[in-house]
Amino acid sequence: MGQPKIDLSPKVSDEVRKTTCYMCACRCGINVHMKEGKVAYIEGNKDHPVNKGVLCAKGSAGIMQVNAPSRLQKPLKRVGERGKGEFEEISWEEAYDLAVEWLEPVHKKNPEKLAFFTGRDQSQSFTSFWAQGFGTPNYAAHGGFCSVNMAAGGIYTMGGAFWEFGQPDWDRTKLFMLFGVAEDHDSNPIKMGLGKLKERGAKVIGVNPIRSGYNAIADEWVGITPGTDGLFILSMVHLLFKAGKLDLNYLAQFTNAPAFIDEKDGPNKGLLLRDKDGKIIVKDRATGKAVAFDKKGVKPDLGATYKGARTVFQQMAEKYMSDEYAPENVAAATGIPAERIRAMAADLARVAFDEAFELDKEWTDFRGEKHTKMVGRPVSFHSMRGVSAHSNGFQTCRALHILQIILGTVEVPGGFRFKPPYPKPITAHPKPHYKVTPGAALDGPHLGYVHGPDDLCLKPDGSAARIDKAYTWENPMSAHGLMHMVISNAHAKDPYDIDVLFMYMANMSWNSSMNTGGVMKMLTDKDENGDYVIPKIIYSDAYSSEMVAFADLILPDTTYLERHDCISLLDRPICEAEGANDSIRWPVIEPDRDVKGFQSALCDLGARLGLKGFVNEDGSQKYKDYADYITNHERRPGVGPLIGFRGEDGKSEGRGAPNPNQLQQYIDNGGFYEIHVPDGADFYKPWNADYQDWAVKIGIYDAPQPYLFELYSEPMRRFQLAAEGHGDRQPPDHLRGRIGETMDPLPIWYAPFEDSRVDIEEFNVHALTQRPMAMYHSWGTQNAWLRQIHGRNPLFVPTKIWEANGFEDGDWASVTSAHGTIIVPVAHMAALNENTVWTWNAIGKRKGAWALKEDAPEATKGFLLNHLIHELLPENGDGMRWANSDPVTGQAAWFDLRVKIAKADAPADAMSHPNIEAQKSPVGVGPQDLEWKVGQ
Amino acid sequence: MTTLPQTTGKKLGLVIDLDTCVGCHACVVSCKGWNTENYGAPLSDQDAYGSDPTGTFLNRVHSFEVQPETGPAQLIHFPKSCLHCEDAPCVTVCPTGASYKRQEDGIVLVNEDACIGCGLCAWACPYGAREMDAAAGVMKKCTLCVDRIYNENLPEDDRVPSCVRTCPAGARHFGDLGDENSDVSKLVAERGGMDLMPEQGTKPVNKYLPPRPKDVEPEFDILAPYLEPVATDQKGFLGWLDKALEKI
Amino acid sequence: MHPAHSIIIFTVTSGLGFGLLAFLGLGQPAVTGWSAFWYFALAYGLSVGGLVSSTFHLGNPQRAWRAFSQWRSSWLSREGVLAVATLAIMGIYAFCAVFMGQTLTVLGIIGAILALCTVFATSMIYAQMKTVPRWNHWSTPVLFMVLAVAGGALLTAHVLLAVILLAVAGFLQMFSWTRGDTALAQSGSDIGTATGLGVRGMVRAFEPPHTGNNYLLKEMVHKVGRKHAQKLRMLAFILMVLVPVLLLLIPGGWVIVALAFLVHLVGTLTQRWLFFAEAEHVVGLYYGKR
Ligand SMILES: Nc1nc2c(c(=O)[nH]1)N[C@H]1C(S)=C(S)[C@@H](COP(=O)(O)OP(=O)(O)OC[C@H]3O[C@@H](n4cnc5c(=O)[nH]c(N)nc54)[C@H](O)[C@@H]3O)O[C@H]1N2
Ligand SMILES: Nc1nc2c(c(=O)[nH]1)N[C@H]1C(S)=C(S)[C@@H](COP(=O)(O)OP(=O)(O)OC[C@H]3O[C@@H](n4cnc5c(=O)[nH]c(N)nc54)[C@H](O)[C@@H]3O)O[C@H]1N2
Ligand code: SF4
Ligand code: SF4
Ligand code: SF4
Ligand code: SF4
Ligand code: SF4
Ligand SMILES: [Mo]
Repeated sequence: MGQPKIDLSPKVSDEVRKTTCYMCACRCGINVHMKEGKVAYIEGNKDHPVNKGVLCAKGSAGIMQVNAPSRLQKPLKRVGERGKGEFEEISWEEAYDLAVEWLEPVHKKNPEKLAFFTGRDQSQSFTSFWAQGFGTPNYAAHGGFCSVNMAAGGIYTMGGAFWEFGQPDWDRTKLFMLFGVAEDHDSNPIKMGLGKLKERGAKVIGVNPIRSGYNAIADEWVGITPGTDGLFILSMVHLLFKAGKLDLNYLAQFTNAPAFIDEKDGPNKGLLLRDKDGKIIVKDRATGKAVAFDKKGVKPDLGATYKGARTVFQQMAEKYMSDEYAPENVAAATGIPAERIRAMAADLARVAFDEAFELDKEWTDFRGEKHTKMVGRPVSFHSMRGVSAHSNGFQTCRALHILQIILGTVEVPGGFRFKPPYPKPITAHPKPHYKVTPGAALDGPHLGYVHGPDDLCLKPDGSAARIDKAYTWENPMSAHGLMHMVISNAHAKDPYDIDVLFMYMANMSWNSSMNTGGVMKMLTDKDENGDYVIPKIIYSDAYSSEMVAFADLILPDTTYLERHDCISLLDRPICEAEGANDSIRWPVIEPDRDVKGFQSALCDLGARLGLKGFVNEDGSQKYKDYADYITNHERRPGVGPLIGFRGEDGKSEGRGAPNPNQLQQYIDNGGFYEIHVPDGADFYKPWNADYQDWAVKIGIYDAPQPYLFELYSEPMRRFQLAAEGHGDRQPPDHLRGRIGETMDPLPIWYAPFEDSRVDIEEFNVHALTQRPMAMYHSWGTQNAWLRQIHGRNPLFVPTKIWEANGFEDGDWASVTSAHGTIIVPVAHMAALNENTVWTWNAIGKRKGAWALKEDAPEATKGFLLNHLIHELLPENGDGMRWANSDPVTGQAAWFDLRVKIAKADAPADAMSHPNIEAQKSPVGVGPQDLEWKVGQ
Repeated sequence: MTTLPQTTGKKLGLVIDLDTCVGCHACVVSCKGWNTENYGAPLSDQDAYGSDPTGTFLNRVHSFEVQPETGPAQLIHFPKSCLHCEDAPCVTVCPTGASYKRQEDGIVLVNEDACIGCGLCAWACPYGAREMDAAAGVMKKCTLCVDRIYNENLPEDDRVPSCVRTCPAGARHFGDLGDENSDVSKLVAERGGMDLMPEQGTKPVNKYLPPRPKDVEPEFDILAPYLEPVATDQKGFLGWLDKALEKI
Repeated sequence: MHPAHSIIIFTVTSGLGFGLLAFLGLGQPAVTGWSAFWYFALAYGLSVGGLVSSTFHLGNPQRAWRAFSQWRSSWLSREGVLAVATLAIMGIYAFCAVFMGQTLTVLGIIGAILALCTVFATSMIYAQMKTVPRWNHWSTPVLFMVLAVAGGALLTAHVLLAVILLAVAGFLQMFSWTRGDTALAQSGSDIGTATGLGVRGMVRAFEPPHTGNNYLLKEMVHKVGRKHAQKLRMLAFILMVLVPVLLLLIPGGWVIVALAFLVHLVGTLTQRWLFFAEAEHVVGLYYGKR
């Protein structure tokens, strides 16, 4: 008997449609294989700049997402009590009428009574444009609870950040240090990058209390005590200063290290000395003269003094060489032996300086000096929420950037590289706008970068102008707003009450809020008249999430394969260090339900409300839908959402008139557009004349804007000056001390706030969450394939605590924070910091959500750590409940959480606690079995 | 196809790099997607949205902790699919001939039209590489994407298994392990590729590259510290700085 | 391994059925006519019933005929072929005995040998599994055979032989349990070899690949509590061996023998449940379940 004949070349599909993944915010290019008009198989697009063909688990499971039984079917109007999930289906016309009935009076009379907040969407330049047209100051996306520390820390220090704005030079780096990352937004690129390092045998050091995922493949693991990275980093800075292992040339040329700090008492104390034109003064080593920093040929002197003022560099040396940062003195707090700190600092120095190399590329700097070579320092870093989501995260991010900069490894070969539109100094960003005019648009964009107290969003009486209290003394540099404070502030009517809460794509009643139980109560609380304290809630989701149950009106969105989207340079683009890129989504399938792309719905609503930017002069609707907006909207003349195929003939890039065929040309091009950074402009970007000119040409800036890295942050100093009593905008007295301490213009470390608010002897365990690579927050759970991988989440417990409690497999524990207790299943993990427990993020679900059966393990065994985290810290003697946030940016301090843990009896119902009552599903439950095959 | 072929033309298989795998499950889901739509019956799921979801997967990623004698514990992500064994016990136990090893390239396959779903081959496999599909009642296993690797409807550089194409970290390699000059064979030689459960005598074709040594403590010499201080105080530092700046 | 009812019933009843056929083929007792009819009806009922039961666990029983094709390599195929051959030959033998009153001695001997071979083939399905060290031993086929023959002896009221065989089975069983308890440890396979990571240190399964269930776990990673298993072993031993032997030692004729058989049957079912339930498949190593 021979072996059977099989078809080795079966037809793969009828057609391939190329679009952009949206199973997460990484935005990889995908090939959607179609059979009989249906999605049959999804793979990565090999030509795509982000993922170059690879695809993660979520991306490959997209087919189970577009077909998920949890998809909303039609607009919904609440009929039962909030939180119960009782709705009636209505038409889009009825939905619009209702929305207009609620929003129109607000727009006309007091636009600030609308709070419009969007989640992890990628159309912020559009949604903020809508909110501006509406006239409310109350707009932001989710960055405030996500990673603003990381973004703002980078932008304030060096005009760009880890995260979406930069990346290690994966091709050349030889030593890579990763701080506090489990997965990150750049999911596939980071994995591809790590793969490249591994292929070359380059060294990876993982700094993380937990050794899983990326940290599991690290050659060295530093199981640091949570919240102490700043101390560890500054200790390495200490050692490098002491050993003189510093890139002095780089510091002198490209940073404000040679600038002079005014040491005279008075309103300018601590600010940098400037000339008449407001330019920073440095001393030229050649001439000994004090001149503007950017004067042609100047060789700034790091060691000079000028009118009694010393340089930033000298103050840094003094500060960081102090014993406070000696490895021996930080070892106990960080949990890292002094010798290891020394070894790592030495390793950094060795690779940065002894393994330096040169690329034969000519470039000209902003001072007009020509360089024949580019010096490479093959050390690079990346960091995310492990650093960011602490109350000392902003300063720690800054410390990490200082470390990179003193090694001279930012924007050099082998180091860390910006992605266009970065680098971009804060001076190139707008400042926040908040001026409300009834019936008219806001005076400018909501979010931006403050330079000092004058830019805060405060009303004349000193109270917050924004509902989230962004840009106030409590968190002056809150560049992304504070979405996590909106519901609690609106509920407390502090700073004022609102009328309509309008949210998009954020599961705020569940995994994206701290104090989940409390938030659910705030959303359902009624006043003495029996009316809801937060009067009206409009929400757009694509799926039957937990948040849906709390809305009065639901605008059902499409899935990602059913709509137009643009991933724009005006927003959070998909650029790479060597290219300015953007991309689109387009309806590769038509929705089979009565749903509408949310942005298109906003075009309709904007027109019905007559918002600026959404109606023509004659009052008619300006943009038919989002596709129309993407094609025809211009931010500045010639600059629109997409950079590719501009101009009437589609032949221009970057700048050019709208092109009616632009979207089709994107589709034909694989769904994206790439403009390569010219050779020679690809490093030293902040100072490289060729890069600056190129950036102007393609519309990133309107004029070249070289700048210096701000080792010393003047904006921060300005807030300190205010706290010291200078200037007319003054902080309330209770905040003076904190501003003085935490807004140090040179990076410092202080213990996470929770540590001083709770008894750390009692609450002696740190509790963290991590993103599972195969699950995206709450929304992966509706996916029949992914939920088999992560359908439950135990609390992982280190050996020391495991043994001390006599835990065994299958045991349960009670975990208590200053705020509450949960009872959850435990599991043992040895590769874990001995004082830390953790779990996977957002696996726990409310019963009845996501079209799951009510006894789904996500709802019975799964749990959220969020029940233990409060948006306010416990009171501690001063009568105040301080926000559980970074004092600089307001970033939610998720990872400051401290708990105590004890063995518990298995709950009688074998369910984790608290166990929230079920919500009613507006879409029923999914089918029992699946045998998925499109082409039979 | 009662018995195993004496020799096979090629020994196609995978090489999985445990030093690089981050445990992302991309290969798992990509495999599920391709093989649901292609070779044989779809990989079904039972109680897909319920309390006990179960499904057929041809590739799963385990994770193990290793506690070395000294140093901290390590975590290793460990993808596992069929190893396309040379002495595949799953083939010889099959009563129907549905299980066979291809003569030309050594791929072990199940002819689903002949499979009675007795489960014996899964019992015989030490690695847990075979799963009975509960809906179709036939045995499913990794096909090494036999319907991709020779597929003329795919661009040439896509003629690799779905899991290999998708792996973001590049931890999966595909090739002919029978050819000692192939990239995969060289990788195996260079990195000490290993067999799983060699004592079972199955002679797996797939190889695993062991993780590189971790947490190797650099030797510390008290007399020659890592970083020689140039100064102990601010004044000394400024003196050093002056000299250092001269040199630039 | 998962103790599937269909397989437990199959191995027990077909063993007894073929054991009985072996006796009948050897003319023990040499029966004809109605009494032959009843004997053969019992033998065929047990063996064919068992075989039918075994198809209940197939995913596609309609293709079961294909299982006869791979006798050159597959013990399961061989078992099928042998079973059919036995049933066919003994069918002729039985036909002649029942309807013609004739005993075809040579055919009977061939049938008896085939019947024992069938039991052997069945046992080899398990004994060949290197992946299940508890089974992968000579004692597996020997015990199967001894039990089959003992069952035959019981059913044909060869009391002395039955007592001896049951006693032998008892000893073998004790041995096989004791050996089985260390078989996995002795097999050379452990989580270290399964992962290849054993040379680096102590290996421990951390997270399972999926939190959801799968075929492998359901089929091959069955776990019985030690105490529970000890109790069941005691019960199995008492019912399968001890009580039948004691009963057989009481002179009491058919009723006692029938009672002994019934007790033995229940005991063997228990024994067979344990045979599966206690068998550790090496794949469990990957799940940290061994
Ligand atoms: N304990 C703990 N909590 C945390 C974190 C943590 O680390 N630990 N991390 C925090 C961080 S950084 C973040 S960003 C938040 C994330 O929290 P969320 O932003 O709330 O994230 P999701 O759960 O994904 O919720 C997004 C909602 O968008 C919906 N959605 C998905 N696709 C679409 C679509 O195409 N259109 C529309 N309209 N809706 C869609 C989903 O159904 C879901 O309801 O969680 C925060 N919460
Ligand atoms: N698959 C998947 N990808 C995602 C998401 C998702 O839900 N799923 N979410 C997206 C979103 S919104 C975000 S914000 C990003 C976040 O991406 P990540 O920054 O990777 O966020 P987390 O998963 O919260 O991981 C935080 C890491 O920091 C570590 N950590 C905690 N505290 C400390 C500390 O003090 N020091 C150090 N060194 N480490 C610490 C934790 O152990 C954990 O490994 O991921 C994005 N990408
Ligand atoms: S990382 Fe994964 S989910 Fe996110 S966009 Fe890329 S493929 Fe999609
Ligand atoms: S896709 Fe690659 S990195 Fe991810 S689990 Fe599979 S082998 Fe590991
Ligand atoms: S891994 Fe298992 S299924 Fe694959 S060839 Fe080897 S024994 Fe057979
Ligand atoms: S399940 Fe199918 S392939 Fe496996 S042994 Fe039985 S018949 Fe053969
Ligand atoms: S080779 Fe194909 S069938 Fe095998 S594991 Fe990879 S994707 Fe799955
Ligand atoms: Mo986030």
